[in-house]
Amino acid sequence: MSPNNAFRVLVVDLASGKGDLVLVDGRDKWCGGSGLAALLYERYGQKELPAFHPDQPIIFAIGPLNGYFPLMSKTICGFKSPYNEQYAESHAGGRSSASLRFAGLDALVLRGRAKRPSCVLAGSRRLDVLDVHYLWGADVFTAGKLLRKIAPGNSGHRSIMRIGPAGENLSHYACINVDTYRHFGRLGAGAVLGSKNVKGVVIHGDADLPLPEDKNYPKLFKDIHDKVTATDMMEKYHNLGTPVNVLPLNELKSLPWRNMQATADPDAEKISGEEFADKMLMHNAACSGCPVGCIHVGMLREMFSKGHRFAIHQVSYDHEPNFACGPMLGVTDPSEVLRLIDATDRQGLDVISAGVALAWATEAMQKGVITRDETLTNLAFGDVEGYRTAIYHIGHKTNEFYEMLGQGALVAGKRYGGEDYACVIGQEMAGYATGETYFVAQTLGFRHSHLDTGGYSYDQKHDEKDVDKVVKFLVDDEKERVMLTNLVSCLFARGVYKPELAAEALSCLGYKELADNLDGVSDFVRNARWKLKAATGYDPMNTRIPKRFSEIVTWKGPVDPAHMEALRQAYAKAVTAMINAPG
Amino acid sequence: MKVFRATRMERCIGCHSCSLACARLVHKKLSWNTAGIRVKSLGGVTSGFQAVVCLSCDPPPCAEACPTGAMRPRKSGGGVLFKEDVCIRCGECAKACPVEAIYLDRDQTPYVCIQCGRCIPFCPHDCLELIEAREAGPACEEACHVPK
Repeated sequence: MSPNNAFRVLVVDLASGKGDLVLVDGRDKWCGGSGLAALLYERYGQKELPAFHPDQPIIFAIGPLNGYFPLMSKTICGFKSPYNEQYAESHAGGRSSASLRFAGLDALVLRGRAKRPSCVLAGSRRLDVLDVHYLWGADVFTAGKLLRKIAPGNSGHRSIMRIGPAGENLSHYACINVDTYRHFGRLGAGAVLGSKNVKGVVIHGDADLPLPEDKNYPKLFKDIHDKVTATDMMEKYHNLGTPVNVLPLNELKSLPWRNMQATADPDAEKISGEEFADKMLMHNAACSGCPVGCIHVGMLREMFSKGHRFAIHQVSYDHEPNFACGPMLGVTDPSEVLRLIDATDRQGLDVISAGVALAWATEAMQKGVITRDETLTNLAFGDVEGYRTAIYHIGHKTNEFYEMLGQGALVAGKRYGGEDYACVIGQEMAGYATGETYFVAQTLGFRHSHLDTGGYSYDQKHDEKDVDKVVKFLVDDEKERVMLTNLVSCLFARGVYKPELAAEALSCLGYKELADNLDGVSDFVRNARWKLKAATGYDPMNTRIPKRFSEIVTWKGPVDPAHMEALRQAYAKAVTAMINAPG
Repeated sequence: MKVFRATRMERCIGCHSCSLACARLVHKKLSWNTAGIRVKSLGGVTSGFQAVVCLSCDPPPCAEACPTGAMRPRKSGGGVLFKEDVCIRCGECAKACPVEAIYLDRDQTPYVCIQCGRCIPFCPHDCLELIEAREAGPACEEACHVPK
């Protein structure tokens, strides 16, 4: 195969319901995935306008290896975030990337605002914007079930993305649910869909594509498949999954408990990865094209009447949702953790931000900063019923307090007091109280995600205070991850797809120039993303880390505020250099 | 002669590695559809997965329905051989299959399992197998795991 280097992009005008199939040049420069999303935001984005302006696009982009090789299973969502009004990315798997590939698309761009609540239906030979006003208000799972009926055909060979009430009500951390168990979780992509009156996006993967011409392709595929299945390289992801981290993190005094008032607790053993696997795990599931199957689905058995009548909920869990609905809220019963994950999933909220925001609210209530007049329920660490009620209120923006809380813990902290203990570093923290490196890395990181760089991992291995070494690690690690998110690989495969193998795979598909210049392309895209973020208001120097992050003790001892500040300034300088690098 | 069985589909994680392997290795395509085995969800991923695949009927109704001899019964064991060069793309084989195991592409070219088992090494959960036709019971019985 000699791939056509142009990107095939379906640009949908939601107001008219019509689309343009646009061929966009730039493959050798932008690669795909993160690079393609940035290129399309440059082309269609409105840097000066607010995130909810109808002229803002929301972009779903895949890369050159999606559909062709194992674990190339992710899609990049590019958009202007309502959370910080900056250009942002969120990543998800499920069937989204394979569906785009088999719909014959490199990207789907939604522009404008639908006149009525709508569902976008795209495939290799179809485009429709359907009126689904009757779905407005539906929770994520009801919406998913009905969308299967509304957009029939290709069962198992399509991706169904949808938002819940939180997206409709424009919570700044509303997510997009993808195929029930995966999410474009962070920074409010769900609210951007809500602002466009889009309840769902269904992508039918119904095309049959030619195989790459390179005779080596089936062999290279098998080599990679064998590598990820026949060795223990991916074992931690499919065995206990990411919750395997709970006990080691707790041991290292690096697990945030009760709004990070503590970093270790003997109760960790009640919510360990082992406990979840033994008591709750029902089955594993996989993103399409990934034989690892890291999705862990827990079974929540709910006795809803005393006559032994049960309802079963299948809830996907991972370290991050478990942390946000578990130790961060003082909840230590795995069933109760799943109940809270289920509640946030139904509302279509980012589970990390929702849990961490509620942890702040709980401490604020304890301190008398807010009262039941605001919260409408009792919030206390470990009190699951109160949290379930509050999650509903965030999703439905019931009053001014929940409107603020739905914009983030720091926004609520500014309004009501208590900013010092809002666990917000760029956005609500992920489940790692590991120390200065991670706190700085998420505060400044492009996505403000624990996955921007391996800062949380670095903290667990290094206690020396070498600012230059840390900054070099963060800068280099980000570049390697950008290479992967251009392709678009699952970041769990970062041990497999080293630059040499990525280049071999690209070369096998005919992308010789891209393969030869992978390092340069990763540099270029990394800088381009930073430039977009800066052009939409980001100033790395103007970032701050709330006091709570200096008040804790990790395995390295008390967090050192002076070291953290030196690190923040040095990394901000490095980011500024990338922003100002020649394009 | 061996026949293909998807005997342990309750273990399936929906990764599609089998159908992608069949499309890639047998039918030389990149597709979810142009494959002898296709994995469907049973009404959403929460309800599990089903392999849509030839049950190696003997005699095969698809071969009986084929007007040109493109779809022929294998010599023994059940299932069919497909000769693309004498297929007139009428689609009768797919209509005759009681379990929708034959996929027709846009040109009406049929895709059916040829009982080769090349998908099996790609299944991470050992859901699939080839068994000796003379030892095999009906496909539905095989999936019941009745000890023999």
